[in-house]
Amino acid sequence: MWKLILNRLVVAIPTLFLVTVLVFALQRVMPGDPLLVMAGEERDPAVLEELRHHYGFDQPLPIQFLAWLREVLTGNFGASLRTGEPVLKLVGQTLPVTIQLAVASLLIAAAIGIPMGILAAVRKGTWVDAVANVVSLSGLSIPNFWLGIILILVVAVQLRWLPASGFVSVLDDPAGALRTTLMPAFVLGSGLAATLMRHTRSAMLEVLRLDYVRTARAKGLMPRAVILKHAFRNALAPIVTLSTLLFGQLLAGAVLTEQVFTIPGFGKLIVDAVFNRDYGVVQGVVLCTAVAFIVMNLVADVLYILINPRLRT
Amino acid sequence: MTTPRSAPSWSCRSLLIAAPFAVVLAASPLMAADLRIGLQEDPDILDPHEARTFVGRIVFNALCDKLVDTDAKLQFVPRIATSWTVADEGKTLAFKLRPGVTFHDGTPLDATAVKANLERAMTAKTSRRKSELKSVAAVETPDATTVVLKLKQKDSTLLAQLSDRAGMLLSPKSFDKPVGPNPVCSGPYSFVERVQNDRIVLKKFAGHWDAANQHFDRIVFRIIPDTTVRLANLRSGQLDMLERLAPTDVKSAKADAALKVVSIAGLGYQGITINLNNTARSEGPLGKDRRVRQALSLSLDRKAINDVVFEGLNTPSIQPFPPASPFHEQAVGVPARDVAKAKALLKAAGHEKVTFEMQVANSTVEQQLAQVIQAMAAEAGFDIKIKATEFASMLKQQSAGNYQATRVGWSGRVDPDGNIHQFVTTGGGINDTKYTNADVDRELNAARTVYDIAKRKAHYAAAMKILRDDLPIMYLYHPSWIWALSSKVDGFVANPDGMIRLSGMKLK
Repeated sequence: MWKLILNRLVVAIPTLFLVTVLVFALQRVMPGDPLLVMAGEERDPAVLEELRHHYGFDQPLPIQFLAWLREVLTGNFGASLRTGEPVLKLVGQTLPVTIQLAVASLLIAAAIGIPMGILAAVRKGTWVDAVANVVSLSGLSIPNFWLGIILILVVAVQLRWLPASGFVSVLDDPAGALRTTLMPAFVLGSGLAATLMRHTRSAMLEVLRLDYVRTARAKGLMPRAVILKHAFRNALAPIVTLSTLLFGQLLAGAVLTEQVFTIPGFGKLIVDAVFNRDYGVVQGVVLCTAVAFIVMNLVADVLYILINPRLRT
Repeated sequence: MTTPRSAPSWSCRSLLIAAPFAVVLAASPLMAADLRIGLQEDPDILDPHEARTFVGRIVFNALCDKLVDTDAKLQFVPRIATSWTVADEGKTLAFKLRPGVTFHDGTPLDATAVKANLERAMTAKTSRRKSELKSVAAVETPDATTVVLKLKQKDSTLLAQLSDRAGMLLSPKSFDKPVGPNPVCSGPYSFVERVQNDRIVLKKFAGHWDAANQHFDRIVFRIIPDTTVRLANLRSGQLDMLERLAPTDVKSAKADAALKVVSIAGLGYQGITINLNNTARSEGPLGKDRRVRQALSLSLDRKAINDVVFEGLNTPSIQPFPPASPFHEQAVGVPARDVAKAKALLKAAGHEKVTFEMQVANSTVEQQLAQVIQAMAAEAGFDIKIKATEFASMLKQQSAGNYQATRVGWSGRVDPDGNIHQFVTTGGGINDTKYTNADVDRELNAARTVYDIAKRKAHYAAAMKILRDDLPIMYLYHPSWIWALSSKVDGFVANPDGMIRLSGMKLK
């Protein structure tokens, strides 16, 4: 297993390099000029020139890239062009926020999606299956931002049960964290629950057809034990893969939900950075996201091994 | 298909989420003396010498002191400078400073500190204040409470610059480290923390000279870009006030007894900037024939635009100076729409139909506005192609001359010079139309050297008369600032500069 982890880490290096080159190039192809944004409404040409020189934007692109790479390799990710805040500080501020949100969303998604998927598979073709399908289809088709705004209007503005926005870390105040994370996590989780439900259902159907399940039933095991201990355990592999991928997606892809609930997360950081042509921040954040995806994939592989003893050799 | 299906799932969801609510129902404790203000954007760098955003200025008004301030009638009032005099035929500006003031770090705010700030603003590599202070030749400090600015030439715009970021004061001790992440000023509230895109927190500075009028322990600026969500946060009690309420939300906010809405015409304008001479894209009837531009202007019903797109909340106008400004010409008024005359002008110019492309920022309201303009102008014979572009790219195209017309505006300055000079004078830094007219140059340059308001106004009127004929920029309206406040907030005074002045404000 350690060999696998080491292997993956070595392969990760060229991947990360490629990602940074790509992001660097894409940003420079994008129309717009960070200095025009920075020079303010007056856009004084003398100020523009001075800034261009100060930030090294008058250098050829490869030189700019190498300069950035050199700094990154020495641990200096630079500072935001827009606010002067160090990129690492920004990542450090936003990443825990998004991780908390992602974990909570995934828990909600699993709590809804997996039991529903199992139920739908076991009661295939009955009204239970139909209801589960309808619920999952609506979960997939209701846009996050819409559900978010409706929840805010109903739960926060009308009923005043939960705050409409903000974020509290679970480390600072668990109750406060629950209050602020519940709605956004539910919005994100409900969409993911649908995906999880459908995958759980098909994985379970796949497994329930197999001989060993019939054998288990034939030898008189309780249906509950057959389903949970025998069938579900084997159906778990694709669900774990999906969950880790979903988790990776949540890290960078929760932008709309973060926007609606004004959660200072990772997704919002990168979208704002792109709009402001804040090159350093975009590069730093994308690098971190790439690392996160690689780590998540690795986690998926390790989990496989733990779930499936056959892979442990 | 999805709509009927989503209905049952909705109630299903309510059931699922009902249980955890019971756990967290406990009411959130409110800090009695916090003022929580919802901002539409995240401010940029918190260094007044480098900053450039509107919302940043709102934060600076709580965080930093400046030499002078303006009141609701755009008259200058004392802040750190208690009085000022113009001498030496307008080439010296002397300030008397408030004695005994200190920065948040305890450093005394005296003449030396003011000098250090002005010099940083004039010379620092990344300063954005250089052009605002370019008439200053030297800063002298005859004694600890006197600062004398020696000017290269007369400059009647300077005091207005010093009433904004160019006149804001940082502790000189903080210059060695990056200022933005930890600004040290002397304002009524001092910096606590910033989480980018989320919040900026300030706490009361007990040693402030105006501390008796500051009634909050903390000021929390919360960044909430979506206008609907910002209003929802005010309604649910997560905010005490917000800036820039959407005109479409005014009606519902006014109907809410727990809220109040305050508005005032701002300092800026919105209009259409037309490419007259900036690269080959300026070729064509719109850029080359003023009669075509006059026809376009006549085809627009500015009042109807305001009613349809902005619920009648802005101020229709054909001049760059806002109603609050002493330089606004009351007599000019807003001409009525005249399609027949517009058609006649087009005909006289030799055209039945004029087609051009108009750049528009890609927001919903901007596109609505553009479509109304498009429809009105079409009746006079214009075929406007709307090109929606993201704002930063749109500005870049405009600077580069790759446009025919842009639907764009200006946030506005206290001094009239800031709303006109650089846009239309030959070689002006933001003269993207590349308009050039010797008479306009002369009048606008002369206006910079006249301190007497009536005489200065005559120069602007002379320039505007020519500009209204040539129309390099077609003014449409002055946007209003609209705030929504919890009815618990007392003492807020609307100001045309859109700032929030905390002095005297309190929570009931």
